[in-house]
Amino acid sequence: MAIQRKSNIHIMDGNQAAAIAARLSRVQVVAAYPITPQTPLTEQLSLFVESGELKAEYVAVESEHSALAVCTSASIVGARAFTATSAHGLAYMHEMLHWAAGARLPIVLACVNRAIGAPWNVLNDQQDSIAQRDTGWIQIYCRNNQEILDTVIQAFRIAEQVYVPVMVCYDGYILSHTEMPVDIPDQADVDKYLPPYKPHTTLDPANPKNYNLVTLADPRVGVEGKLCHGYMELRYLLQEALQNSRETILDAGQEFNKIFGRDYARMFWEDRNEDAEITIVAMGSLAMEAIVAADMLREEGIKVGVLGLRVFRPFPKADVVRVLRKSKLIVVFDKNISYGSEGATCSEIKSALYGTYINASIRNFIVGLGGRDVKARELADATRKAIASLKETVINPDYPEWICQI
Amino acid sequence: MPQKTSLNNRPLEIRWHGRGGQGAITAAKIVAEAAYLKGYKGVTAAPSFGAERRGAPVSASTRISDQPVLVMSQVENPDIVMVLDHTLLTYPEVIAGLNNNGWLIVNSPLSPRELGIKGNFNIATADATRICLELGIIVAGQVIVNTAILGALAKATRVVDLPTLEKVLRDRFSKSTVEMNLAAVHKTHDATRIFKSG
Repeated sequence: MAIQRKSNIHIMDGNQAAAIAARLSRVQVVAAYPITPQTPLTEQLSLFVESGELKAEYVAVESEHSALAVCTSASIVGARAFTATSAHGLAYMHEMLHWAAGARLPIVLACVNRAIGAPWNVLNDQQDSIAQRDTGWIQIYCRNNQEILDTVIQAFRIAEQVYVPVMVCYDGYILSHTEMPVDIPDQADVDKYLPPYKPHTTLDPANPKNYNLVTLADPRVGVEGKLCHGYMELRYLLQEALQNSRETILDAGQEFNKIFGRDYARMFWEDRNEDAEITIVAMGSLAMEAIVAADMLREEGIKVGVLGLRVFRPFPKADVVRVLRKSKLIVVFDKNISYGSEGATCSEIKSALYGTYINASIRNFIVGLGGRDVKARELADATRKAIASLKETVINPDYPEWICQI
Repeated sequence: MPQKTSLNNRPLEIRWHGRGGQGAITAAKIVAEAAYLKGYKGVTAAPSFGAERRGAPVSASTRISDQPVLVMSQVENPDIVMVLDHTLLTYPEVIAGLNNNGWLIVNSPLSPRELGIKGNFNIATADATRICLELGIIVAGQVIVNTAILGALAKATRVVDLPTLEKVLRDRFSKSTVEMNLAAVHKTHDATRIFKSG
């Protein structure tokens, strides 16, 4: 469907794109603590609040733990809440990440991906958000600044439909500090796309209630005389919500396309997979660099496609299998490492393929930790190396290879 | 040079070298905006990633293409190297990887030949510091040459032209400073000396 829309393109960095998206989403409470490379995002939001462009309460806090505690409290009383952090800040939020998900609060958090110390490093990798994989948040990764803006807006719609918080992840510096053209949607269109937040519970002094109080192992009768879920039933419901969130994510992407003309009805991005014998898998901005690597390899006659992971939680197992069924070799690049095992996205791919009769070889490369530059030609070289290694008998080596100087 | 903007999908790449506080990153952004205004759909402007300090060598990059830019890694083989402070030429990384027939554009009182740099690339120089000093473009005791040097870029290459630069500068700068900066751009443009290789 051809959509006649006027564009409003500005050249901006990823942090500005995220701040504008939060403003367009009419967030009501912002609580954040500055940390490199997220800082310009929080500065921009506080400017929006001070100038009156964003009618929100900006709560200055003394730590990231408190930032998410403020968002949790705000969300439970019915305010649309937004926070942002990186690396050590996200690690410091860890307890409250569990709490926000457990309390089923639709908070949106921008994680500007950065390496974690020791040793100190302010540059990009994805270890920070991957380390929060099991906190019950939906995780969506962006490849460029347009996707950052669009995804933050979609994240509120998704979160408020399934009552699960959403982490929007984008690469520190590579996107947060790099300017590129971004189309800013009209406020009226965003209002049409994003209805006001309806909280699942309300705190009302006239009608006092307890939430998230001590919950024992087994279901039992609550103060209102009704049988209440035990802890485990509540945990099951969180898992069920994530399992079922795929449809909501796809629908949010499709509806976004109808209004804004950019299609996000997808769990991941695909490039030339139709005839690909070899698939490169990458997540974040690296998925763009991978397209350039695929160009190089295609020029040599090697049939390469790219699977750019977008939604990491819930992991789209069935969708991935559909794309990879013709692959003979899957080359997975991870900007994270599960120490003693392998890259996190590689584990996901292997897990998705189990029992599907896809018998592709898988090679995992760890790249770009702590801001180490990853060039397209390095991705192409690694892919050629993986192809050469197919002569060996090992289908899946136990451990990943590192592209570093050891 | 440089009509080529996306040969084999490769964007035109500019690498900027300056010292912290000179405005190399702002210059990289201005050129990206100017190129976008001229109709290039793909532009990016990035600082060198990490900690930047006043006075210390810094770099930045601009990529320009007629398609969206997919490459996000650091520039390896620039088509144009812009040097805001000629004392940086003592660092080998400043001209490292500069493409054959590319451009080295330096803020220097010396002529291109007097720089004494040999390579298969073209050289342009202009004494932007003197021009900016005369115009009084000084912030916190430092002469700011980042707009002036854009005049040299416009003179040597077709990446940007003066009318487009003027549009971007009028948009970015306050009324009180824009005329001064535009004068610097034009004067530096006219003062640019060019040495073509081959």
